[in-house]
Amino acid sequence: MTDDPSVVVAPPLPSAGSSLHRRDFVRLLGGGIIVLFNADLSDLLGQETRTRGYPTDFNAYLRIAGDGRVTIYSGKIEMGQGVVTSLAQMAADELAVSLDSIDMVMGDTALCPFDMGTYGSMSTRFFGPALRAAAAEAKAVLLTLASEHLKTPPDTLSVEDGMVFLTSDRKTRVTFGQLAKGQKIVRTLDGKAVTKSVSEFRVMGRPEKRRDARAKVTGKAQFAGDIRLPGMLYAKVLRPPAHGAALKSVDTSAAARLPGVVVVNEGGMVAVLHSDPEAAEKALALVRADFEVPKPAFDDKTVFAHLLSVAGEGEEREKKGDLAEGEKRSVSLFEAKYLNGYGAHAPIETHTALARLEGGTMTVWSSTQTPFPSQQAIAQAIGFATENVRVITPFVGGGFGGKSAGLQAIEAAKLAKLTGKPVQVCWSRAEEFFLDSFRPAAVVRIRSGLDGAGRICLWDYQVYAAGSRSSEQFYDVPNNLIRTYGRWGSETPKMHLFATGPWRAPGANLNVFARESQIDAMAAKARVDPLEFRLNNTSDKRMRRVLEAAAGRFGWKKAAAPSRRGLGVACGIDAGTYVALMAEVRVDAATGSVKVGRIVCAQDMGVVINPDGAKMQMEGCVMMGLGYTLSEEVRFDGGRILTRNFDTYELPRFSGMPEIETVLVKNDELTPQGGGEPAIVPVGAVVANAIFDATGARLFQMPMTAERVKEALVAVSRKP
Amino acid sequence: MRDSISFRLNGKPIHLDVDGDRTLLWVLRTDLGLTGTKFGCGESFCGACTVVVDKEAVRSCQMPVKAVRGKDVTTIEGLEQNGKLHPLQAAFADSGGLQCGFCTPGMIMNAYALLLKTPKPTRSQIRAGMDDNLCRCAAHHRIVQAIERVSAPA
Ligand code: FES
Ligand code: FES
Repeated sequence: MTDDPSVVVAPPLPSAGSSLHRRDFVRLLGGGIIVLFNADLSDLLGQETRTRGYPTDFNAYLRIAGDGRVTIYSGKIEMGQGVVTSLAQMAADELAVSLDSIDMVMGDTALCPFDMGTYGSMSTRFFGPALRAAAAEAKAVLLTLASEHLKTPPDTLSVEDGMVFLTSDRKTRVTFGQLAKGQKIVRTLDGKAVTKSVSEFRVMGRPEKRRDARAKVTGKAQFAGDIRLPGMLYAKVLRPPAHGAALKSVDTSAAARLPGVVVVNEGGMVAVLHSDPEAAEKALALVRADFEVPKPAFDDKTVFAHLLSVAGEGEEREKKGDLAEGEKRSVSLFEAKYLNGYGAHAPIETHTALARLEGGTMTVWSSTQTPFPSQQAIAQAIGFATENVRVITPFVGGGFGGKSAGLQAIEAAKLAKLTGKPVQVCWSRAEEFFLDSFRPAAVVRIRSGLDGAGRICLWDYQVYAAGSRSSEQFYDVPNNLIRTYGRWGSETPKMHLFATGPWRAPGANLNVFARESQIDAMAAKARVDPLEFRLNNTSDKRMRRVLEAAAGRFGWKKAAAPSRRGLGVACGIDAGTYVALMAEVRVDAATGSVKVGRIVCAQDMGVVINPDGAKMQMEGCVMMGLGYTLSEEVRFDGGRILTRNFDTYELPRFSGMPEIETVLVKNDELTPQGGGEPAIVPVGAVVANAIFDATGARLFQMPMTAERVKEALVAVSRKP
Repeated sequence: MRDSISFRLNGKPIHLDVDGDRTLLWVLRTDLGLTGTKFGCGESFCGACTVVVDKEAVRSCQMPVKAVRGKDVTTIEGLEQNGKLHPLQAAFADSGGLQCGFCTPGMIMNAYALLLKTPKPTRSQIRAGMDDNLCRCAAHHRIVQAIERVSAPA
């Protein structure tokens, strides 16, 4: 698929797409040294849903072949997070081979063992350690073989660059390829393998150029929409004007008269297909359909009251002390409500899939974060056995939690089955905004109190519709209660009118916006510098260190807010990583528009495997975070989605780019923690706090659009 | 309906018999198999479909193919010469100016046209010149660095 042989994203089809039994599976691999391992905790939960027929005791494996090449097979996928590079780095280092001798086979249900999917900063955190252990195990096997081959005890041997040699005489040596050739050694990782310590890293810990970079800068990297098959048709599917609308009648006759158009009207799906995607689009415009649209129940403004009214019973997440006691001790009380509307994932690549039926197997190239669950969903939808469906995941053009449901892959497979032709479904931008699962609109209510010594003595936290992620208390609060209502995944009925789903760090952005805004309001009331206030109120060492690191780089000078300088601080914990941000903003009082000039991000993420990759993720998080913070909001009226393209859904742009400085706070005692999401989490809060510092106006709703900022400015100027 | 259209594509003359009202984007992606040029929004808002026509960056999703008659069209596939990356491509790769890579061809083509006009742009000229190209992975920082690397005085 690419001209770079070291990146195999979608390998060629094997002759049959049938299920793999463990024996056959090992035979198919053609020998070598194979280490099977379990690489993801979430998969333990997914055991029962695994495809029958597949070996089930591992979800990834590593193989050293007779030519010395190392291949890692994993159902994880590459969507920009860089795992094609970082995972290869880890294996190369543990095995002591060059990065170039490692191939990655990812996201192909016929070649890789079952995997739940790629999300939640999991790849490095859970996959990484398991992969490293597997590589270490393979190296141990190689050492034993080499010791037999060279007839010398293992402790006289050294390993370097794919070779085992006598430490005292480098010329007495044998290559991994020679050792692996003709072998059929299969090991299952038992957790005993010893991996390298940080000081022994050779490849890990070093900046590495992305291995997929060349393919991506030449336009050769293939995404699902780039695959061309002879005779393929491009499909356009009829969509209702609103969620919840019912099709009453449809007339496809005008569309059918266009030359070359194939019309499908089957089982509730109406689609037009053509060998030219634009002709298919024209045909769709000729389809006349009558829908019954339900009366709008609420819209993007009234949704918050709606959420509170249907929230139902709360769930306690954290409880300490006694709220009444905290209230008694409080000399000042703070009560506020924080809001956030629906957000879209809006990857630049819309959901796309190409399906082909051949020899009883449905092969689907799909832009998906979850190839295996998608395989099962497709099989069910078209009435095939799971093993007769193969999902191949080429490069994915951004996911952010949105490419999980896989509706487009089901549609392509259904249409391929009905027409007998290969069929591509590529959503238009309006379809993407209509069918994507949104980050749920949500509300946080906080009641907090300060005692006479400026310490937080009360924290009563309630979050509606977002879930508890990143709401955990790290301030030293004796009376603390955190409750969630209708969190994502267990919503009360009728809570949302359309599908909701995880968005980069689900729920955490609002939770941190709310908590850190509230903390800031308390600091301002106490007339204490917001950094100092935080340090006074937390004894959490990791949090103190990231705050201090950020302050050092930023050149933070103490002042109580609002100081009119436009400076803010916020911090949070996500996916095991601690992060502190400091920002400088300018607010245009006339228009309400906010310009973020500079952001410093300090992060403690445990051992850092690829510092450059980690910094890139941090910069990306900060930049992407400015979108949910300042401009991104889905507009809707009932089930009708009014947001249809990027003119009204405003993503962060170059002109809004602040100077971004990143600091990695060293913590080599801790295994690698999440890197893909944490830094996005406090962006809303740091900007809100900087706006307050600049103007004295506090924003309680994201995104903080110019309009809302202006409203807040007017409100504050009216105050006595 | 079919038009006879000749133009230069990536330095080579090309002749097409197609409906001239079809967009350049889809003619490139389907008839010509040049899938490096991406579809992102179809309405001129994202820049994923950017190609260079007679030294100008254009949105191929908005351009009927008949409009390039007699012109010089360069796509991302045309930048690499004899297996050697164009300096911009190399800089994007080396500076990490990409994550998922989906916006990348459009970004590079837009930057290519920008540098044709302004070989030594200031940082604010780069930001202004790239402003209408969207990157959801938010690789902006590195993209600007990549462009600066190519354009900065040696
Ligand atoms: S696809 Fe042409 S600008 Fe978005
Ligand atoms: S790199 Fe993913 S959209 Fe730009």
